[in-house]
Amino acid sequence: MKEQLQKDFDNSIKNLSLSQKDIEIKKFCLDNFIDKGFPNRKEEDWKFSDLNQIIKKNIGELSFYNDQTSTNKVDTSVFVDGLEHNKIVFINGRIEKIDFEYEKKDQIEIIDQSETINEFKNSNSLSDLNNAFTNKCFKILVKKGYQLVKPLIIYHTTNSKIWSKNINLRLNFELDKDSTLRLIDLFNDTSEKNFLNIFYNFELKENAVLKNYKVDKFENKNIKYSFNNIDQDKNSISETFILSAGSNFSKNEINCNLNGVYASAFVNGIFSLNNHKHHEIRSIINHLTENTKSYQLIKSVLDERSKAVYQGKIFVNSDAQKTDGYQLSKAILLNKDSEFNAKPELEIYADDVKCSHGSASGSLNEDSIFYLMSRGLSYQQSRELLINGFLLDVVEKITDSEIKNLIKNMIGIKE
Amino acid sequence: MDNRQKELNNLQDYKYGFSTDIENIQAPKGLNEDVIKFISKIKKEPLWMLEFRLKAFERFKVLKEPDWQKPKFPKIDYQDLYYYSAPKSMKDKPKSLDELDPKLLETYKKLGIPLQEQARLNGIAVDAVFDSVSVATTFKDELTKQGIIFCPISEAIQNHPELVKKYLGSVIPTSDHFFATLNSAVFTDGSFVYIPEGVRCPMELSTYFRINASNTGQFERTLIIADKGSYVSYLEGCTAPMRDENQLHAANVELIALDDAEIKYSTVQNWYPGDKDGKGGIYNFVTKRGLCKGKNSKISWTQVETGSAITWKYPSCILKGDNSVGEFYSIAITNNHQKADTGTKMIHLGKNTKSKIISKGISAGSSDMTYRGLVDISSKAKNSTNYTQCDSLLMGNKCGAHTVPYIKNKNSESNIAHEATTSKISEEQLHYCQQRGLNPEEAVGLIVNGFCKEVLQQLPMEFAVEAQKLVGISLEGSVG
Repeated sequence: MKEQLQKDFDNSIKNLSLSQKDIEIKKFCLDNFIDKGFPNRKEEDWKFSDLNQIIKKNIGELSFYNDQTSTNKVDTSVFVDGLEHNKIVFINGRIEKIDFEYEKKDQIEIIDQSETINEFKNSNSLSDLNNAFTNKCFKILVKKGYQLVKPLIIYHTTNSKIWSKNINLRLNFELDKDSTLRLIDLFNDTSEKNFLNIFYNFELKENAVLKNYKVDKFENKNIKYSFNNIDQDKNSISETFILSAGSNFSKNEINCNLNGVYASAFVNGIFSLNNHKHHEIRSIINHLTENTKSYQLIKSVLDERSKAVYQGKIFVNSDAQKTDGYQLSKAILLNKDSEFNAKPELEIYADDVKCSHGSASGSLNEDSIFYLMSRGLSYQQSRELLINGFLLDVVEKITDSEIKNLIKNMIGIKE
Repeated sequence: MDNRQKELNNLQDYKYGFSTDIENIQAPKGLNEDVIKFISKIKKEPLWMLEFRLKAFERFKVLKEPDWQKPKFPKIDYQDLYYYSAPKSMKDKPKSLDELDPKLLETYKKLGIPLQEQARLNGIAVDAVFDSVSVATTFKDELTKQGIIFCPISEAIQNHPELVKKYLGSVIPTSDHFFATLNSAVFTDGSFVYIPEGVRCPMELSTYFRINASNTGQFERTLIIADKGSYVSYLEGCTAPMRDENQLHAANVELIALDDAEIKYSTVQNWYPGDKDGKGGIYNFVTKRGLCKGKNSKISWTQVETGSAITWKYPSCILKGDNSVGEFYSIAITNNHQKADTGTKMIHLGKNTKSKIISKGISAGSSDMTYRGLVDISSKAKNSTNYTQCDSLLMGNKCGAHTVPYIKNKNSESNIAHEATTSKISEEQLHYCQQRGLNPEEAVGLIVNGFCKEVLQQLPMEFAVEAQKLVGISLEGSVG
């Protein structure tokens, strides 16, 4: 793999106009990655999902070079109907379109930050890989007091042109004081056997509100890793919703730093898996100052040999008195080959806090099925009704009614 | 001054911190094959036992000290320890208590464990372990009548080799982790219990561990076998003198329950926790594991952990037999600079297996406490259930309380439920108690006792009273 990496790296920087210094930084990151390789189960954070093995088994040899000199045609049929929205379109990892047609142009700034480097506290060798190979990085700045009229949808599209490739993406967002952004990530893959490595960084200033909905619903054979770093100032709110269903393997990591008082973070997620899929959500909420709040709810429905993992950590600093932290994960195992692993972790150094977590996994409640069947529903109908209700709980947590309806329609959950 | 206050004052400092001035026989300092041969020789062990030890030692040489745990400690120099220390008077085993060194009798009397006939605790048979040897076992005759074997393990190796050979290392193999392997190589004494088929042990069996010599590691090994349809309740207590340096205690405990058998294992651990600035104290790195080998068997661990500078242990149950049950009840209290990383593992292998975990952690002062546990339901463990509840209570803002559960469910017919909370004693509760005339310390004591009640109830009567007091004492000075 080392030679491949080296070769692909040389190819990819050839096409970029980078200063000598930037090349050296990228090279340093590459060497770091070569040194560490893909994360494996020996690392505590990857205990339940050995990425190294998964890539070996599903993809085999990866290539890291993407020819991004020519443009791809934007397929408008993937665009969401019935909801006016701003767009960013990625096709095979290349930014094809940035379009804020519904917004005031002077309130949003798009800055090219291709030379900056990710430096996250809780990151791993994948951030080095990302740093070494990303070739365009934009920062989207929402100016003071501006609230986006329409949501922004980021389309992550891959098509059959690519195969056994590693795609690295990066985006930075800054939400200035009193601003609001609603962001939907929509994955749309018709490609197979690629590894997507996505890093987002969000910086939320005072009173800023971020709502991020990640929807990975369409069946595909790709492997995805996505890391969200969220820094939150005073009174800011972040809401993250993850629908984890489509890819063969997917791991979503949320690292949230509550730096300002009264900041709050919400993480809600649904795993709906079948057919050998293996998905993971790992969240780390760092309560670093007084009066911060976090709430997490993760529900899984697991069928046919699928596996879901939830690792959630609530960290409370000794200064973070009056913290309110809550975490709940529930799983229904439908098939005897399915598996659910959880590691809900609390690390607490302050005494005046209220932190709790709960985790439950098991089969569908036979009594409930009996109840429904005795009222005339078939076994299949009762089962569907129960699962529907089980998942609806999480969807109902979405605070934006427009997007809530969109997501409900997407996953076919009825009220 | 009322009685309670007087009692508290008496107990304010570590009551068991005295040391007994007694002549010792020690193995040469350091860890090597010669020392292991020395231990084996002085214990007059058969060859197979020596081979067992040497095999473990070979394995130990390639192992590295683990470092994933939360409480970090300075590197232990394993060559700077004595691996065997025994009172000289124990060299030729005294035949009866009358021959026992009066100093030893005095020590145990001070600890509240009278060994003499007239003062014996009613209904509890005691095996007293002093540093590396067992000094006395009470009520031996009465137990023998029922066919129960309760003796120091060194005696069992000689007198019941067939049992020891069959079961020793069957739950904790010589190839286990670092400290367990070290123990397998150098273990000195401990208790051996065998309950024959269909016998319900008429009294509580108990071992009292005492570290006296300085610079010594205590490595005891306990092996309890409950044959088909039998029942035994076993208690363990520990204390050590106050010393400035840290001492290592790395014990192995193996429990084996055959068909329909039940073992109840209770621990009140009160090793010297170090002084207020965190100087000295025992490193308590213990491996405890129970195997529910037979159908319908049950193993239940109850522990009250108040002592030790660092506690690092996970009493586990391997639920292999169908319909077997594993239980774990724990109270862990850390104060001053104590650190604890404790919890349990419940490994479900058989069908219809059940496990229950109740863990209560209280941290005060500048201490740090971690609950770390594993619940693993394998794909064959149909219809199994687990219930876990771990609650932590924090007193003051310099201490930490952490929960790290690992939950694995590979069987769709099995259910796991896990709950954890962390909080402090609420102002309302304190106010309520004080309004009714309790002073703040008493109020905290009452609330903490209520918090722990679920676990204290699991202890045998005599122990429960003792433990309740201990809970109060351990939290002295942490209020206000």
